[in-house]
Amino acid sequence: MEKILQVKNATIKFGGLIAVDSVDLEQKRGEILSLIGPNGAGKTTFFNLLTGVYKPTEGTITFQNKNITDMKAYERNQFGIARTFQNIRLIKSMTVLENILIAHPDCKTENFVVALFLPHRTNKKRREIIAECQSLLKVVGLEEMQDEMALNLPYGKQRLLEIARGLATKPKLLLLDEPGAGMNSFEKEELTKVIYHITKDMKIDVLIIEHDMKFIMGISDRIIVLDHGQKIAEGIPSEIQSNEKVIQAYLGSGEFKDEEEQELPIIQSKAV
Amino acid sequence: MSRIKELFSKYRKKVFSPRTQLIFMIILLVAAFACPLVITNKYTLHIIISCFIYACLTLSLNLIIGWSGQFSLGHVCFFGMGAYITTLLTINTGMNFFFAWIIGVIFTSAFAALLCYPTLKLRGDYIAVVTLGFGEVFRLFLTNAVDITRGPAGIPSIPSPILFGIEISGKTMFYYFALVLLLGFIVFMKRFNNSGFGMAMMTVNEDDVAAIALGLNPKRYKMAAFAIGGGMAALIGGFYAVYMGMIAPTSFSYAESIKMVSMTVLGGLASIPGSIIGAFLLTALPEALRSFSEYRMVLYGAAMVVMMIFKPDGMWSRNKRTKNEYKYVAMRGVKNGKNSAS
Repeated sequence: MEKILQVKNATIKFGGLIAVDSVDLEQKRGEILSLIGPNGAGKTTFFNLLTGVYKPTEGTITFQNKNITDMKAYERNQFGIARTFQNIRLIKSMTVLENILIAHPDCKTENFVVALFLPHRTNKKRREIIAECQSLLKVVGLEEMQDEMALNLPYGKQRLLEIARGLATKPKLLLLDEPGAGMNSFEKEELTKVIYHITKDMKIDVLIIEHDMKFIMGISDRIIVLDHGQKIAEGIPSEIQSNEKVIQAYLGSGEFKDEEEQELPIIQSKAV
Repeated sequence: MSRIKELFSKYRKKVFSPRTQLIFMIILLVAAFACPLVITNKYTLHIIISCFIYACLTLSLNLIIGWSGQFSLGHVCFFGMGAYITTLLTINTGMNFFFAWIIGVIFTSAFAALLCYPTLKLRGDYIAVVTLGFGEVFRLFLTNAVDITRGPAGIPSIPSPILFGIEISGKTMFYYFALVLLLGFIVFMKRFNNSGFGMAMMTVNEDDVAAIALGLNPKRYKMAAFAIGGGMAALIGGFYAVYMGMIAPTSFSYAESIKMVSMTVLGGLASIPGSIIGAFLLTALPEALRSFSEYRMVLYGAAMVVMMIFKPDGMWSRNKRTKNEYKYVAMRGVKNGKNSAS
C-alpha cells in the first residue's frame, strides 16, 4: 500500500531535554492512525515537528514521497498538511464562515488589485468560494451558525469548526490534536462520524492525538504509543490494550520502589 | 449604565440598518460637496482640508497598526518622503505633478517595505523603537542635506498642479481635491477590508501561529501592510506639498507621528469610521479650543483619561464588526441571500 507519511528517526532536543527520541512512524493511505501516551510524552511536540513549528534535531520526514524536513511551516500547509490545535486557535473577532474563508486557498490568493478595481469580476468567484466553505460547514454540522461570532460557539462546536477550517485548506493529511477534549459523549459520537466522513468520503487521511481510550480504540486502525519521547508500542487497538509496557506507562507497575516506601513515613512525620 | 446599554442595543438595529445607513451616507456626501458653497471663510475651509488630510493619514496608519498589528511610530517619515520626492521632481525636472506624484508613491512604498524587513523578527514595542528612530533620522536628513532639500529653510513656492489644462489653486479647488482623495481612500479601505487579502492580514495580526498553520506567510502580509500604508501616506504627502505651497523639515517632526498614532488609537483600531472620527476630532478640537489655549493641554489630557476609562478600545472599534462583510459584499444583488453558485 502507498505510504502518505513516513517519519524516520525523528529526534528533537530542547537543551538537555529530549522531547522526541528517535521515533519512526509510517502512515498508509486511507488509514486512521492514532498517537497516544501519558501527559508530557511528546505527542504535541511530534505534531509540531510534522507541521514545521520546530525543526527536528535529527531525522527525516517524508510526505507523499517528498522530503519535507526543511520546508517552512506555511509551505507544508500549501503542500497538503493541515492541523488543529490542542488549545483552540480560532480567530475570535471573525464569524464562523469567515474563519473557514481565510483558510480557503482561493480566498487567500485572491488577486487584490482585481478585487480592488473590478469588484464585480471577483464577486462571482467569491460566491463559489462561499458555497464551497458552506458545504464544509455542513460536514461538521455548523451550517446554521455561519453568521455567529466564533467566540460565541460552545466549546465542542469550536473544535468542530477548527476541523472544518483545517479541511478548507484542501489537505491530503489532517492532524487532529485532541479533537475530543472537552466534548460530552454525544458530541464525541458526532465527531466520530465526522472523522469517518473525512477519511472514507473525502479521502483525506487523519492522524489523531487523543486521551479518551474508548474513543480512540473505536476509531483507529492502528495506534502508536509514546512515553517520555520514545515509541513504546505500535499495533492494532486490541494489541495495544493488552500490551504490558503500555499499561505500565499509564497505570504504573503496581510495585512500590524502595525509595518511595522509605519516603512516605518521613512526610507523615513532618505533617504531625 | 446597564439601562443605557439596553436602550442602546434596542435602537441600534434600527439606527444601523442598511437603509438608514445609506440615507445617512447620502446626506453626509451632499453636505461634504456643498460645504464650500456655504462656508466662504478661508480659515474654516483650511481647517476642514487639514481634517481631510489627517483622516487620510490616519487611515493609512491604521492599516499598519490596526489591520496588521505593527506599532509604527514613524509614519511621518513616509508622509514627508512623498512630499519631498514629489516636490523635488516637479521643481528640478519640470515634470508634471501627477507623474511625479506616482513616482513618489511607488518609491516610498518600496522603501517602507524595505524598512519593515529588518523589523519582521521584532515584536510590539521594538518595532515602535525602530520606526521612531527612523522618523528622526529622516527629519535630520532633511535638515542637513542642504544641497538636495535646501535644509531647514524648506522649499518655497511649489507650483500648483495642472490637470487637463486647469490649474488647481485656491481653497475651494483644493477642498474638492482633498475630498476626492478622502473618498478614494475610504473606498479603498472598504474594499481592502472585505477582500481575502484583508482578512488574511487580520488573521496574521490576531494569531500568527494559526495563520502559519493555515498556509499564510506572515512576513508577506506584514511587509505588504507597510508598503500599502507607506504608499498611501506618500500620496497624501504629495497633496500636502502642493496644497501648502511650501514644505520644511519642521512639518515632519516626531510630534506629527504621535498625533497620528493618537488619532488612530482614539478613533479605534482597524476601523474605517473610527479613523475618520479620530482624525476630525483631534484636528478640529484644538482649533476650537484656541481661545483658551492655556487650558488646551489640560482638556486634551482629561479627554484621554476619560476615553481610557470608558472606551479603552477607541470610539468606533472593530468590535462593532459583527457581520460577514466578505459574504455580504459578494452576495449583494443576489436575491434572498440564496447562493446561486451552489
